Amino acid sequence: MAIPILKQGPWLIASIQSALSDSEILELRDDLADMVGRRRARGIVLDVAGIDVIDSFVARSLRTIAMTTRLRGAETVIVGIQPEVAVAMVQFQLDLEPLHTALDLEEGLEVLKSRVTNGARADGR
Amino acid sequence: MDTDGHAVADVAAQAAEVDTTVLSDLVGHLREKRPELRQEWATRITDAQLLRVMRPDEIFSEVTAVYDNYVDALETGSVEALQAYARDLSERIVRRGVETHEVLGIVLLLRDVLARALFVRHQGDPELLNRVLDAYEPAANRIAATVGVSFVEERERVIREQQAAIRELSTPVLQVRDRLLILPIIGVLDSQRARQLTEQLLQAIRENRAKVVVIDITGVASVDLSVANSLVQTVKACSLMGASAIITGLSSRIAQTLVDLGVDLRTMQTVGDLQGGLEEGERLLGYRVAEIDSASTEA
Repeated sequence: MAIPILKQGPWLIASIQSALSDSEILELRDDLADMVGRRRARGIVLDVAGIDVIDSFVARSLRTIAMTTRLRGAETVIVGIQPEVAVAMVQFQLDLEPLHTALDLEEGLEVLKSRVTNGARADGR
Repeated sequence: MDTDGHAVADVAAQAAEVDTTVLSDLVGHLREKRPELRQEWATRITDAQLLRVMRPDEIFSEVTAVYDNYVDALETGSVEALQAYARDLSERIVRRGVETHEVLGIVLLLRDVLARALFVRHQGDPELLNRVLDAYEPAANRIAATVGVSFVEERERVIREQQAAIRELSTPVLQVRDRLLILPIIGVLDSQRARQLTEQLLQAIRENRAKVVVIDITGVASVDLSVANSLVQTVKACSLMGASAIITGLSSRIAQTLVDLGVDLRTMQTVGDLQGGLEEGERLLGYRVAEIDSASTEA
């Protein structure tokens, strides 16, 4: 099942509601990269609240999505990581660097606004 | 404790094979001599300076109850009633500071008192004495073990309860301003506590929608490698939830330790004390705290 991608002003919002298969993640990556170009989006909020396990493949895929879409001109913010997921990720030393993370959709949009309007793109965070 | 129950039943069954009449005669004798034996037992408990936290009349009433339960257990071969009573008794006395050796001491004293009474009664007939002791001793040993184990189990239960209470109490996550939390850590940090603390903190971040967390470790005496790494993990987990963590109150000794251990501290933002941490947090959130006077002159 393809993940719906919503457009809101200059931002794209994709909400992942359940665990994803590997092929679904790759599909999401391609859809986002495609939409960023077509809709001239400046930022993406990826809501992962529905994922209860973020393994190394998912983490790497999220990084790839962010890096791919950055090349196409949009910043990515990951939101909605559950507390248990966060604990598990640091224990398995899974890192989302250099991705931005925020608490929820609202916060994610704030982050995007401040980053994109400040013109700060690759400050290494 | 089912196994013990069965074991006792087995022992009782063996004893019954040995001589049912001997045991019932023994129980009858102990019932008959109840006032003297009970008094002697209580006296010996006092002489041995056991149960010093209890008043003499308390000791006497407990002694009576234990004596009766003990004789019942001898008669029926079932320790369940005695076990329940021992649990109940332990629950009352554990909190008053009665030690394991005291409980074992009084039960063994009762065993001695009763055995001695049997020696006195049957001293003219060594063969009968032997048969009586064959019936009495295994059951008495099992009873002593049951009471001791019940006490220790009760004590461990109390200890576990208290540990859980301390853990709960010792990690309060407090909101000081909108979206600003503090987590003062006091006491010994081990990796289990660090993990639990991280989980509580992350839950609080989600509930309060916090953006900045100040973790104050002034009250932590020492830090080792695993604890330092869990702190780093806590900071990273916070940032995955979109909150920045500020560590405050690193003593010079802990700072030195962290550097010596070579912990990767680049991700950690540290400020000298809690006040500085709060100010930094306020700055990150865009708060400005001003005295009323200067604020009014500015306005």
